[in-house]
Amino acid sequence: MEKIKSLADLKKIKADVEGKMNLRERSENPEQLVQIKVAMATCGIASGAKAVMDQLIQTLDKQQIPAVVTQTGCMGYCYAEPTIEVKKPGSEPVVFGYVDAAKADEIVEKYIKNNELVDGIIPVNYENIERK
Amino acid sequence: MANYKMHLLVCGGTGCRASQSDQLFENLKNTIAEKGLANDVQVITTGCFGFCEKGPIVKVMPDNTFYTQVAPQDASEIVNEHIIKGRKVNRLLYINPETEEHIADSKHMGFYRKQLRIALRNCGFIDPENINEYIARDGYAALAKCLSEMTPQQVIEEMKKSGLRGRGGGGFPTGMKWDITSQSKADQKYVVCNADEGDPGAFMDRSIMEGDPHSVIEAMAICGYCIGASKGLVYIRAEYPLAVERLKIAMEQARQMGLLGDNIFGTSFNFDIEIRYGAGAFVCGEETALIHSMEGLRGEPTMKPPFPSVSGYMQAPTNVNNVETFANVPVIINKGAEWFASIGTEKSKGTKVFALAGKINNVGLIEVPMGTTLREVIFEIGGGIKGGKKFKAVQTGGPSGGCLTEKHLDIAIDFDSLTAAGSMMGSGGMIVMDEDDCMVSMAKFYLDFTVEESCGKCAPCRVGNKRLNEKLEKICSGKGTREDIDLLRNLSHVIKDASLCGLGQTSPNPVLSTIDNFYDEYIAHVVDKRCPSGQCKALLQYHINPDNCVGCTACARNCPVNAITGERKQVHHIDQSTCIKCGACMEKCKFNAVFIK
Amino acid sequence: MEMINLKIDNKNVQVEKGTTILNAAKSIGIKIPTLCYLHLHDFNITNKPAGCRICVVEVKGRRNLAPACATECVEGMEINTHNIRVVNARKTVLELILSDHPADCLICAKSGDCELQTLAQELGVREIPYQGEQSIYRKDTSPAIIRDVDKCIMCRRCEMMCNQVQSVGALSAVNRGFMSVVAPAFEMNLEDSVCTYCGQCVAVCPTGALTEVDNTNNVIRALADPTKTVVVQTAPAVRAALGEEFGFEAGSLVTGKMVSALRTLGFDKVFDTDFSADLTIMEEGTELLDRISRHLKGDKNVKLPILTSCCPGWVNFFEHQFPEMKEIPSTARSPQQMFGAIAKTYLAQKLGVERENLIVVSIMPCLAKKYECQREEFSTNGNPDVDFSISTRELARLIKQSNIDFNALPEEDFDSPMGESTGAGVIFGTTGGVIEAATRTAYEVFTGKKLENVEFHQLRGMEWIREAEVDFDGTTIKIGIAHGLGNARKLLEDIKKGKSHFHAIEIMACPGGCIGGGGQPLHHGNTEILKARQRAIYREDENKTIRKSHENPYIQQLYAEFLGKPMSEKAHHLLHTHYFDKKSNGEHHDK
Repeated sequence: MEKIKSLADLKKIKADVEGKMNLRERSENPEQLVQIKVAMATCGIASGAKAVMDQLIQTLDKQQIPAVVTQTGCMGYCYAEPTIEVKKPGSEPVVFGYVDAAKADEIVEKYIKNNELVDGIIPVNYENIERK
Repeated sequence: MANYKMHLLVCGGTGCRASQSDQLFENLKNTIAEKGLANDVQVITTGCFGFCEKGPIVKVMPDNTFYTQVAPQDASEIVNEHIIKGRKVNRLLYINPETEEHIADSKHMGFYRKQLRIALRNCGFIDPENINEYIARDGYAALAKCLSEMTPQQVIEEMKKSGLRGRGGGGFPTGMKWDITSQSKADQKYVVCNADEGDPGAFMDRSIMEGDPHSVIEAMAICGYCIGASKGLVYIRAEYPLAVERLKIAMEQARQMGLLGDNIFGTSFNFDIEIRYGAGAFVCGEETALIHSMEGLRGEPTMKPPFPSVSGYMQAPTNVNNVETFANVPVIINKGAEWFASIGTEKSKGTKVFALAGKINNVGLIEVPMGTTLREVIFEIGGGIKGGKKFKAVQTGGPSGGCLTEKHLDIAIDFDSLTAAGSMMGSGGMIVMDEDDCMVSMAKFYLDFTVEESCGKCAPCRVGNKRLNEKLEKICSGKGTREDIDLLRNLSHVIKDASLCGLGQTSPNPVLSTIDNFYDEYIAHVVDKRCPSGQCKALLQYHINPDNCVGCTACARNCPVNAITGERKQVHHIDQSTCIKCGACMEKCKFNAVFIK
Repeated sequence: MEMINLKIDNKNVQVEKGTTILNAAKSIGIKIPTLCYLHLHDFNITNKPAGCRICVVEVKGRRNLAPACATECVEGMEINTHNIRVVNARKTVLELILSDHPADCLICAKSGDCELQTLAQELGVREIPYQGEQSIYRKDTSPAIIRDVDKCIMCRRCEMMCNQVQSVGALSAVNRGFMSVVAPAFEMNLEDSVCTYCGQCVAVCPTGALTEVDNTNNVIRALADPTKTVVVQTAPAVRAALGEEFGFEAGSLVTGKMVSALRTLGFDKVFDTDFSADLTIMEEGTELLDRISRHLKGDKNVKLPILTSCCPGWVNFFEHQFPEMKEIPSTARSPQQMFGAIAKTYLAQKLGVERENLIVVSIMPCLAKKYECQREEFSTNGNPDVDFSISTRELARLIKQSNIDFNALPEEDFDSPMGESTGAGVIFGTTGGVIEAATRTAYEVFTGKKLENVEFHQLRGMEWIREAEVDFDGTTIKIGIAHGLGNARKLLEDIKKGKSHFHAIEIMACPGGCIGGGGQPLHHGNTEILKARQRAIYREDENKTIRKSHENPYIQQLYAEFLGKPMSEKAHHLLHTHYFDKKSNGEHHDK
């Protein structure tokens, strides 16, 4: 283990390890962050949801956007898999269909960062049990 | 290269370990590896989550799912259902006892909703055996700040401003203690961490050392910087093997990173820590007794003054603080004294950790801001009384405290209000009693403890507590008189007045407060020879309900001492002076005619 | 000196900073009762664990009562020593102590001299409302000391003496809570511990928990046996203290009355240990001179400093704690044992009595003497040189039970030949005395000149460790003196490290030497008594016409008739001994 000889050393180590802890830190208060749910049931996984999730996490990390990416069960849009639900603080959740790696980046860049609309939004047609 | 999308936090506290959480951890790890998810899901052992009633606990991040009472064999279901299919395992979720709804997110549980975790901030969140996780949570930043930006006096001032008071029971202002020790002149001074947690049922110090050992190490170093000490000693009971183990690992990691040792953060400040083991004597929590024990002498207190801050370990100025007190220190430095002082009441700042136990639904460890009411703690966080029974009393402050009743429930808990109500904060034990608990027996229970734990040095405590206990035993066995209650009172006052240390000065509190609050119950024992809650076996009376008795003679035939009389087909009668309370009649009666009064 | 003003029982008092409430009260005539507290002023020994809580007083503004013995006065303090809160607490605490104490005062060895009994009487305790279980322990009888710790009140005085003053470490508090008691480690028998039998624990015990083994019945039986000739020897310190048991002022010399009482008791011969003290000087002094002379001649093998060996507590101490140094002390036996050896050979011959029919009793200020006379090496065919050793206290009891009005006794002289002694033999009874006696003789032998002034004041006093230089006609002899085994330890550590520059060191186990022995009348913490006894010893010396051991005509006769010369083969056989390693053996084996 490298010795810490100054405050700067400590900060450097903190910056290095913080990323690994972000997942936990953020999930303590997800309401204030961008929450993304990736549908990862059989249908989702079969259509490449796992790759999408990896891509999202990587891109968000790279851009240093505090977000919580979780997986969820089948959202019922099996025809449009892979699907993701994005909820920005203070706005209603939006579901995107047919997401691939490139699309994921586009969502991050346009919708999440700049609040621009992106094609592929699926109108929500059910009440989420958790939002009751 | 692992790119974890999910963290599974498995409680590795002593309580959950006792319920096989280490096996659960292994199973989760293995199952995840089998499914090829080892690079996606990280399994981490953490310290205590506090909700011990429902342990072992597993928390899934980032979706914040809180699983309770998880058995090792539940591992595959969690992996297959939750992790792979994204479906929460409903049967392992916490059930709200009122609405009977499953609650997935711990934030929505009554147990956590009112809590504010400062001392326990990292418990159940980080891997205590990984210093990096502590550093990621601002660990050692406070020490760095102190060493590079503040003078010792500035740090002391900050501590004073924060209003932090000793969490071990004394409630002495921490900053003032540091100040006094810093002013004592000596070549060698010591920082001592009192980890000799001894109150029955209290385990906050253990949890902090198991769950966040670095916070104690960092705070001790800060204290050393302030008072001018290069040596720290942790006095910990040998019955806390896991805490010792985690502390050792943490110390070793801190040394490897140069956070303990010479020239910390490139400054001229040197500090290192040694562990000293206690054999678990309650009185060794008293700081002078603790110091004597560390010196290899008999663990018994000596007169103060001199205070340890002037003459302590090896006659050197010594600053003794408790684990929980230390755990608050780095946060105060990082977030500032004003932030800390904004929490709590006028004279008691910050939060306090309590160990909830007894007849309460949510047994466990909680941390709330000072000023939270007993009602909130017991009924909201604690989830109320078990089995829907009626609340009777709560004993705060462990064996040194007193019992508080219904009328005290809206007291805003802090050092002074509890003392004013006839109890004390102590180290934060909170034992809840319901209508089935006999208050005389309760007082006796605590006296059993203090009699056992008295060091024997001073006469009032050595002999007096024994006599108190004998008198209580006499009352519980139905042989007490009114005079005994008076003698109990007088003896209690003398023991409090004349004992040498805090143990004897407080040991009669359970007796006095039960006499004060439940005088009728004492009278029932000594005059009516009756134990209203039915706990004192010697005072039980078996009676026959004439409405139910059919005169079958089964009871009379089975009574070993022929205490039951009655003609066939006539109502029977139990002679109380002959009855030995064996219960055979009750067992044999097919008509529910025998009852206990 | 910073002065502090305070009020005690509404009286103003001014004291020096650092004064305790107890002493401040005392200065204005308020006597706060104490129990565990013990202060030996001249030795700077204080026991104040603040454990008994008898001395509690009310300090205005404090939540609890404060122990007066251990609480320092603070400016502006207002103290009440006898209001109802204080008196009730004090009496209740005493009742508690008594509730765990056997109520067998009538037959207790300490009855009449017990501080707990006195306190109960003074506080007017008439009943004990807090009856209950009592803490019961195994009784432990060693060759010298009986431990009946049912009577222990945890005052810790014995522990303090054994550890802080004596550095022996035989006694300490064991167990917890109600069963706490002072005992050897693991509650082993005292006999199996490192106890030296110095008896300082007994000397300070306020109750009957620690007492001497009582040999008076053995003495009575011997005296009643017509087939036995019973002779008695009395140690020098006894005559300076025995009077206290009969109402004499401390420091009264009762030599003549003591002799008279012993004769009345029926001893066939009343002799003086001072005689054999003179004999000790002949042997020890010769050994000392021999070692010093060889050293001065450049003999590198000679062991210096030489250490005195007449104190049996001290001998036990180094056998247990410094066995690797057992070659350093003089090999001379103690005066008690020299007396016994000569009595059972030379005297028996003179009296025409068989060894087996001669009983030698010693009256000693000491409890370790009881053990010493039982050592195997001090017996012949199982017959001990000294049969029974009884303490000054036991002698007083013996006199009282034999209907002797001590005060009315005439003054009588010792018998001849073993009752004749010099002033040098007398001063064995105080710290510094043995080495002064040795110096008086050694000087004349070494220089061949007559010593005009026999009093070496540089060797006298009560300081724990004293150093002095004596000019032996151009040769400087460096002398060290220590009393109290803790102080002896310091000098021994120096020797071990090669830092000691002394030629000779005198060591006495008890504070003050034999005058403060464990078998003396109890001083109850008053060191003025010890100082008065010391003065009495020097007075006795001054009154003697012969003050140098080698001038004792009966000693000269003994050598001429029987022993030859000092350190002769016969002298070696009868008057010298060897020491045992009790550290590695656990106990000594005379093999």
